[in-house]
Amino acid sequence: MAGIPMVQAESVHKSYGRLEVLRGIDLTVDPGEVMCMIGPSGSGKSTFLRCINHLDKIDAGRLSVDGELVGYRQRGDKLYELPDREVCRKRSEIGMVFQRFNLFPHMTALENIIEAPMRVKKESRAAAEATAQRLLDRVGLADKVAAYPNQLSGGQQQRVAIARALAMQPKLMLFDEPTSALDPELVGEVLDVMRKLAEDGMTMIVVTHEMGFAREVGDTVVFMDGGVVVESGKPREVLTNPQHERTRSFLAKVL
Amino acid sequence: MQAGRRPEAIKAIPVRHYGRWLSGAVVLAVIADLGYTVATAKVRWDVSANYLFNKLIREGAVLTVELTVAAMAIGIVLGAILAVMRLSPNPVTSWVSSFYVWFFRGTPVLVQIFFWFNLNSILPNIGLGVLPNGPWLWHESTNVLISPITAAILGLGLNEAAYMAEIVRAGIISVELGQTEAAQALGMTRLTVMRRVVLPQAMRVIIPPTGNETISMLKTTSLAFVAAVPELFTRSQQIANFNYRVIELITVASIWYLVMTSVLTVGQYYIERRFARGTQRELPPTPFQSFRRMFFTYHAPSPWPASASADSERR
Repeated sequence: MAGIPMVQAESVHKSYGRLEVLRGIDLTVDPGEVMCMIGPSGSGKSTFLRCINHLDKIDAGRLSVDGELVGYRQRGDKLYELPDREVCRKRSEIGMVFQRFNLFPHMTALENIIEAPMRVKKESRAAAEATAQRLLDRVGLADKVAAYPNQLSGGQQQRVAIARALAMQPKLMLFDEPTSALDPELVGEVLDVMRKLAEDGMTMIVVTHEMGFAREVGDTVVFMDGGVVVESGKPREVLTNPQHERTRSFLAKVL
Repeated sequence: MQAGRRPEAIKAIPVRHYGRWLSGAVVLAVIADLGYTVATAKVRWDVSANYLFNKLIREGAVLTVELTVAAMAIGIVLGAILAVMRLSPNPVTSWVSSFYVWFFRGTPVLVQIFFWFNLNSILPNIGLGVLPNGPWLWHESTNVLISPITAAILGLGLNEAAYMAEIVRAGIISVELGQTEAAQALGMTRLTVMRRVVLPQAMRVIIPPTGNETISMLKTTSLAFVAAVPELFTRSQQIANFNYRVIELITVASIWYLVMTSVLTVGQYYIERRFARGTQRELPPTPFQSFRRMFFTYHAPSPWPASASADSERR
């Protein structure tokens, strides 16, 4: 595919202290692509996701979103750290959904959604509320406008969290194990919302343990282990005909 | 499955609590003894009663409240600023905040009030300028600038800020890191994250000790005595200097302090309820509600019949 990739990683390294979490990640996500990242816990999937919107800093390599480096600006052959304001502006263009939802508990569903559009994009309350209503409708929670997060089930909370991220009209959505903290019967409602989002052409990176979702919705599946990409390709190929021994043994355990 | 018919309610002979009767008897005996001692002591209760609503005492009580409000206002605002400074990634602000807390928490508040009260003896004038010896953009005599009341407010307020800084910091740390990350991921700046997401949630942890500090401050204002500030305690002592009824006038002051701290205690309950929004399914009872529950429910005090079952339903 031609054009600028939405995410491009070249030899991305990241350590926490002496622990090397990412040991050279190379991958490309094109606009409109849905990439599912699978792999055992501790393999660096979540860390990589957090690096994309600069919640974590990478130590070496190159990582760019929509053609611009994450966290730095390049002039000549020198890298300049971006000031906070610039980092915030770039984050506002990337939506993120967390395993533990992380809704703001002191705000209603509606307030959770309008907060960032009003404070970051300086939208009027009326405009932000109109968008929020539309988004709540889209995730099937039109009647939960005034509910506080603790009055919602896990699945409902995660759908509000997705609506909150979408309210910023992101060009890229990151999902960090969005269904791992949910009761089994609530997983489906969240995956349905994500499936619709993918159908609407959103660029998505999804860290997940839901192999069914990866197979049906993913354009690409990436298997990570020990801080490197072991294998990647079409879901059919990676999930049904893995080339690598580590992929095979992982899939044997989860399928 | 259909629910079975509800069987007859259990009727059983309650366990006899002999310990309660015994301890009740002991307490009654002690109260009777104390009452007798106080009643026969050479205290002129009529003097206390006469001065309870004396004009000087009333004015003193008003000044005590004003001192408390002013000192706590300085303490809370400056304390919040110090806490945010302490947690900032900027090493200079963080260090300044630590130093402030170390210094103002490490010296007695009585000494601090005394210092501001006597500042004029070392600095007759206070001015604002670029160079240490002028020219001044603005200057004023220290005596005019720092009245006894100002000295007391400065001493109490600046000292309180050191304690409030630690309380606010504890509150901020108590908020889950995921909240900050979610807000950052939405593109909020550090200040917006703090103001809109972290501090409102930290309030739940900050308020109870702040109420405690306010109640403590109400009584600590009596230290303004050393700066001759005519607050409640100073006034009661000034009267006692004339009529030599020290205990009687201490009693008057104590009654006022007790009444005022009681009012604050009730106020704290309501503020806590306000900030419990979104954290509990059922708000805690108001003092009035719990008072009613205590005295007007006799048997089988089953606390929270609703919340226990609601908890297991959800999730």
